[in-house]
This record gives sequence, structure tokens and C-alpha cells, in this order.
Amino acid sequence: MSDPAIPIDAAARPRLPRGVRLVHSEAQGGWVLLAPERIFKADAIAAEIIKRCTGEVTFGQLVDDLANSYTAPREKIRTDVATLLRGLADKKLLEL
Amino acid sequence: MHEKPLGLLAELTHRCPLGCPYCSNPLALDPREDELDTATWLRVLREAAELGVLQVHLSGGEPGARRDLIDITAGAHAAGLYTNLITSAVGITESVLTGLVQAGLDHVQISIQDGDAQSADRIAGYAGAFARKRALAAAVVGHKLPLTVNAVVHRANIDRIGDIVDLALALAANRVEIAHVQYYGWALRNRAALMPSREQVERAASAVAELRARHQGRIVIDAVVPDYYARYPKPCVGGWGRRSLNVTPAGKVLPCHAAESIIGLEFWNVRERSLAEIWANSPAFSAFRGTGWMREPCASCPRRELDFGGCRCQAFALTGDASATDPVCHLAPDHARVARGDPDRSWV
Repeated sequence: MSDPAIPIDAAARPRLPRGVRLVHSEAQGGWVLLAPERIFKADAIAAEIIKRCTGEVTFGQLVDDLANSYTAPREKIRTDVATLLRGLADKKLLEL
Repeated sequence: MHEKPLGLLAELTHRCPLGCPYCSNPLALDPREDELDTATWLRVLREAAELGVLQVHLSGGEPGARRDLIDITAGAHAAGLYTNLITSAVGITESVLTGLVQAGLDHVQISIQDGDAQSADRIAGYAGAFARKRALAAAVVGHKLPLTVNAVVHRANIDRIGDIVDLALALAANRVEIAHVQYYGWALRNRAALMPSREQVERAASAVAELRARHQGRIVIDAVVPDYYARYPKPCVGGWGRRSLNVTPAGKVLPCHAAESIIGLEFWNVRERSLAEIWANSPAFSAFRGTGWMREPCASCPRRELDFGGCRCQAFALTGDASATDPVCHLAPDHARVARGDPDRSWV
């Protein structure tokens, strides 16, 4: 559904809307995103990205931060993060 | 070691001012004097969180009929649960809503019966309900809480899914659920009046696909597909005793809200046992958990852990045997009971 061709503005400040939150669940053995009547398991990388979606950090800063933390080309990180965030926004799980 | 449940449906009461013909309440309602008290609900909610439950759905009946709804919501929130209110809107005043928001409510689902007031109030059997739903929806959005509109569709309103989605957009809902009637309990009794034709169901599926494309990014449209016309059964409740549990107003713990329709199952009650003990050992949960209970064609089916043999309540309702393959499956020996497809014929 999400169109990766639509770029995310580097100045956008992604954040979780009210009614959506990321929690760690012992019972489920990892991170889960709680949303209205839905629960999504988040793998470790997705959780690291979503944790940074606080509404304070810009998309550009978020990509820089991840590029410093993980050894992958910045452009690949930017594309992967944009795909994840677009997908979440389409499901109303993220505000861009 | 069993998997841990994710969700708890807390049926706080069977009382409700509406009279929808597909009501999910059982045919025999728990009377008010048998309802669990506040302290017991608060204990159940704490036990649920300890067991690993992440979301609680406060439902009914109409949960607004409980005078302690705010206390129960606060208890769920304090236990760390994501709290979801499932309401008809009748009985939730604006001051109750404010109290619920302060208590930590995370999300509200409001049912609507149709896209326009006259038809909606006729289906609900309550004059003025539609206007109260609109008012509560506006108040929810005013509190900046996420809102889901839930519309149960059937023969009388299935051709107006576009109007229902337009209404949800006008109410500023983030999400709309188009839920085809599931035929248990009251809906099974009223099936002849409710069941849409195959053509209606097909038109509805195209309408949903078109509406999703048109409104992408504005509203999420979830559709619960009617399994009567499907090739494979639905993975009912994500597998029996696997993902969720349901506590009735009188404290019985069920693997799904319709499970009491299966005659012969033994349910345990939160008045006598902890939720963890019930989840692990209750005969009703053990009866159809996993795949060991299955017969052919389920037992050797490559889909056995995808759809878990379908719905036990439907198997019982249509064949009289709860361990039969769900007759909706095209491989089921009893599939002909569904495949007749004439909504006016009694095949139960």
C-alpha cells in the first residue's frame, strides 16, 4: 500500500499518535506496538526506529543517528526507515 | 507451556438499551445481580496483566450501564493495560467520558447500525441512538482520543458501506470496521432476516477495495470477511486458547465470547480461581487448544496451524459436534450444510 517513491521530508518529526505506544512485553518476548484493537510485534531494529519517533527528532536526525549506531550505508538506512515509517503512517500508527 | 494471551474481552454486563437483531450477547443473559463486583474486576485485570495480557476491551452489553466503569478503567490502566472501550454510546455521558479519559482510557470504539439516523435507529430499536452516537464521537475526538467506528453489516445495510465510511470520515474516526454478522446466538436465530446474498457480499468486497484505495492515509478500513462464502475457515480468535480470553459478566472465563453456545464445555470462574490457573488448566481452554483434538481432514491439513480448524462454535452450531471441521471449509465433510447458500432455508 505504501508508496516508497514519496520521500519523507528530512525536517519531518515522526511521532506516535495518541492511542499508539511501544511497550516491551516479557510474555511476548520482545517489543510490541499497541494500537486501537491491534497489536503488532516489532523486531529489534523496528523497535529502535520507533523509539526515536518522539516528535522531537527530525527524520534526518533519526537517519543520522541510526547511521552512526549501525554499520550500513546512510542511503540504505534512509530508504529502509522511510519504508517502515510510511507503512506505519498508512496504518495510522505514526504521524509524519 | 502455553502461549500467553494478548487480549482480554471484559464483558462487564449484558445489560444494554439497544436491541440489535445480531447482538453478540448469549441467548441466556447474566442477570444484574450475578455481575462481578468492582473489586473482583480489579483483581481480574491485575491478574490479566501479570499473565501477559496487553490490551483489555471493556465491553458488554453496554459497559456504560456499569456505575463503576471509571473505577474499572482506572484499575486496568494502573495494571499497565491498554484500555479500549467498546460502546453503543448510549449511557456514556460527556462527564463519564471525561472521567474515563482522566482514568487513562486509550481508545474508544462506537458501534453504528447504519449510515443514516432513521435506518440506524430502526435496526438498533432505539429512537435517538444515532444522534447520541454522533455526539459521543465528537466528544471523543474533542479529547483527542483515537476513535473507531464499528458497523455490523447484514442484508439491510450492506449496500450502503460507502455511506457508512463517509459517516466515519465525517466523525473524524481513524478507523472503521466493517464487520459482517457472525451467525451465533441471536444472529443465528435471526439469520433468515440478516444474511446477505452472495451477490451483495461480492459487491461489498469491491466497495471496500475501492474505498480503501480512495481513502488511503485518511482512514483505516478493516473488513471482517463473512466466512459463509469463503473457501477456508477463519482462524477463529487466532486459535482456541492461544491469543485471547473472555470474562463474562458473572465471571466465567471463555476462550471466545460465543463459547457458551457449545453444550458440554466446562468453564471455570474467576470467583473461584485465578486467571492464570484458568488459562493453563480450564477444561474449556484445554478442549480445543493446539492440534491434538483434530480429526481428518484437519489433522493432516497443511493449514492446521493457520486456521486451527476454523470456528468451534460454528462447527457445533451447524453439525452438533464441536470437534468437527468448521463446515465453512470446502474440505469439511459437512460443507454441504453451508454450500446450499440459500439464506431463507433452515440448515441448522
